[in-house]
Amino acid sequence: MSTISALHTTNHVKHAPHGASHGPANYLTAGYGWKSWLFTVDHKRIGLLYLVSVTAFFMIGMAAAGLIRYNLIDPKGMLPADLYNKVFTAHGIVMVFLFLVPVVPGVLGNFLIPIMIGAKDLAFPKLNLLSWYLYMAGAACACWALLSGGVDTGWTLYPPYSSRSHTNVAPVAVGIFIAGFSSILTGLNIIVTVHQMRCPGMTWFRMPLFVWAMYATSLIMLLATPVLAVTVTLLAVERLAQIGIFDPKLGGDPLLFQHMFWFYSHPAVYIMILPGMGVISEVITCFSRKNIFGYTAVAWSSVGIAVVGFLVWGHHMFVAGEGYYLAMVFSLLSMFVAVPSAIKVFNWTATLYRGSITFQAPMLYALGFIALFTVGGVTGLFLATLGTDRHLHDTYFVIAHFHFTMVGGMVMAYFAGIHFWWPKITGKMYSDFWSRIAAILMCVGFFMTFIPQFIAGYMGLPRRYNTYPPEFQVLNVLSSAGSTVLGFAYLFPFTYLIHSIFYGKKAGDNPWGATGLEWQTTSPPPTFNFNYEPVVTEMPYEYSLATAPKPTFSYSSNGEAVKEEEHTHVH
Amino acid sequence: MSTDSSGVLAHHFNNMEQQQSTARLGMWMFLVTEALFFGGIFVAYTAYRIWYPEAFLAGSAKLNVLIGGINSLLLLTSSLTITLAIHAAHEGKQDALKRWLLATILLAVAFLGFKAREYYLDYEEHLIPGALFSKPISEGEHTKPSPAQDCEKDNVSAEHVQLFFMFYYCMTGLHVLHMLVGIGLISWLYLLAQRGYFKPPERYVYVEVTSLYWHFVDMMWFFLMALLYCAGPHTMAQMHL
Repeated sequence: MSTISALHTTNHVKHAPHGASHGPANYLTAGYGWKSWLFTVDHKRIGLLYLVSVTAFFMIGMAAAGLIRYNLIDPKGMLPADLYNKVFTAHGIVMVFLFLVPVVPGVLGNFLIPIMIGAKDLAFPKLNLLSWYLYMAGAACACWALLSGGVDTGWTLYPPYSSRSHTNVAPVAVGIFIAGFSSILTGLNIIVTVHQMRCPGMTWFRMPLFVWAMYATSLIMLLATPVLAVTVTLLAVERLAQIGIFDPKLGGDPLLFQHMFWFYSHPAVYIMILPGMGVISEVITCFSRKNIFGYTAVAWSSVGIAVVGFLVWGHHMFVAGEGYYLAMVFSLLSMFVAVPSAIKVFNWTATLYRGSITFQAPMLYALGFIALFTVGGVTGLFLATLGTDRHLHDTYFVIAHFHFTMVGGMVMAYFAGIHFWWPKITGKMYSDFWSRIAAILMCVGFFMTFIPQFIAGYMGLPRRYNTYPPEFQVLNVLSSAGSTVLGFAYLFPFTYLIHSIFYGKKAGDNPWGATGLEWQTTSPPPTFNFNYEPVVTEMPYEYSLATAPKPTFSYSSNGEAVKEEEHTHVH
Repeated sequence: MSTDSSGVLAHHFNNMEQQQSTARLGMWMFLVTEALFFGGIFVAYTAYRIWYPEAFLAGSAKLNVLIGGINSLLLLTSSLTITLAIHAAHEGKQDALKRWLLATILLAVAFLGFKAREYYLDYEEHLIPGALFSKPISEGEHTKPSPAQDCEKDNVSAEHVQLFFMFYYCMTGLHVLHMLVGIGLISWLYLLAQRGYFKPPERYVYVEVTSLYWHFVDMMWFFLMALLYCAGPHTMAQMHL
């Protein structure tokens, strides 16, 4: 580390090709105007293109979620039944395919992976830009279909209903196909980058755990997404030709669609959670100022989740006519996924143990992740158990379970990551006070929204109906109230992060005193990431060494950011 | 750092070897994805073939193996010509490179020509799932029985045979789509070759990675040949162009 810092301080001052009056050039000042963004091949700028677009789709998905919760305030439903069907389908499709899958790989993965491994860019910069355009094209197609008439099948598009529904199923299938292709190309790019572009000294077992998690995610993207692509293609052909491949009228088998769909979509939930787990490993170590407990175990558990995740898809069809013995095998294999997931949770907890913990916003989000993801993971075991699944299948219990992993897990982790790397991405620091308030509010709103759904599901309330028996009204109103709090909490970061771009204090190169190559370059980084040739000589989380970087940033008592020139002690 | 002045080495690579192996690995990864893409449809095909073996064999028996065989030969030869193109690019022989790329394109276009002819013959035989499948075929004055009637005679389910044809069209259709992409890529290489892009011989690697894709498309055809064409019994009467 000391070698790198020395090189860094001597070299970065000299390098100022443009804008000498504004200090050293960075990737943000390297070009101006819309062309410099829409035709960029810089992975950092493409990451920001993703940031803007996933934020937009998150808001669309949130609006749909708001309508769902609005409808369920009253037992008779506030919206017409068919509109309700379209709204929850739109919520699922937008959130899964346009937000959760691309969010961390697209934004943080794009921005960070090359920097974290000491490369100048991803292996295929133009392909990276193409991925974004494909994503936008798929998203435009899907959003057009969802907004102009909508789709009423649910995001899973199960035939035979989806082959007969008079709604826009085919355009949505095309949109998912194109967005899937984008995700394949992103995964391919990341895998090749990790194999080929690591800087001298960056061995596989010196890579940050975020890179390991993204590598495992990319394997799933590469191996699972094409199966979804061919499945939705067959579905689209079936609809256009009006001849069933999955339609039982012609001898087709709807269960085969479910097998093929979940062969992608179950591994895809790990596409949606693994990157988040990678973020948490980075944040937990930094804010407990400790080396990660069991680096190798955490690294391999990412790969373990990716591998075992491919073998559990059948647990979605326990009550759909799957054979008993097959169901038993899938039940057992589903339990196995808990092992690598638990390895991660235990190792994070062990990392916290006796750490010098500070509760800045990224850490609050990360701790929220651990709590919520653990609940989500443990309730997953209830559903993987054949007997309990008979009772809980297709109830609000399932909804609450996967929202705990996807929203409580991935969205919290994404916010942890955005808050952690925001100073690196923009060079600016956001309000400490408001960011902590937002993190706490998000947890409170989240619990209020989804704990009642666990109870309602346990009591047998089935999902996807726009009406419900009146005795469930208290739980539903509680949940809707919680979703309002959650919705407001999401608006906070949107506001103070944008505010920080214009009015935030300069963050400095390494405000958190974090290890990792990304913290040794300037904030924001130069176009080719480093003004020197990075060389790695040690493991990624050496916080205990005397040479480890110290936080350079602290806050005054009223939450305003203050840059401390000489900051020697750790809170 | 790059000391290369001809612009062969992209800005984010340290040396030529890294750039070339990155291109190769990228294409192999893409082929992994492609294998899963075709794999998905092969699994669906296999499931139905296990459930309805007689119907799938009856459907396969109606396909034109003569055209299928000719197309196999054409594709196999095109794999040879593109390999010769890599060799020419590696040796820096621009004329030979262009010649072999052109030969590959011509073989691929010939394949598509035969394939189009085959689709047309299938259409004439009413081998299209849907209403046409149960419509008798009129040839001048007299009519031939429809494929559905044939199925009834052979005591197999006409619905299940149509399912076979759904797979036939989806699988060959996806293959044709991949062929068109391949022809596009090779034509692009040809245009680049004409503009002297491959004069620095290090750039042969782009011909090589395109050839990987081309071999893959070629290989998929042999899977289709085995699964679709060779599954059922055939008679000489079907062997016409």
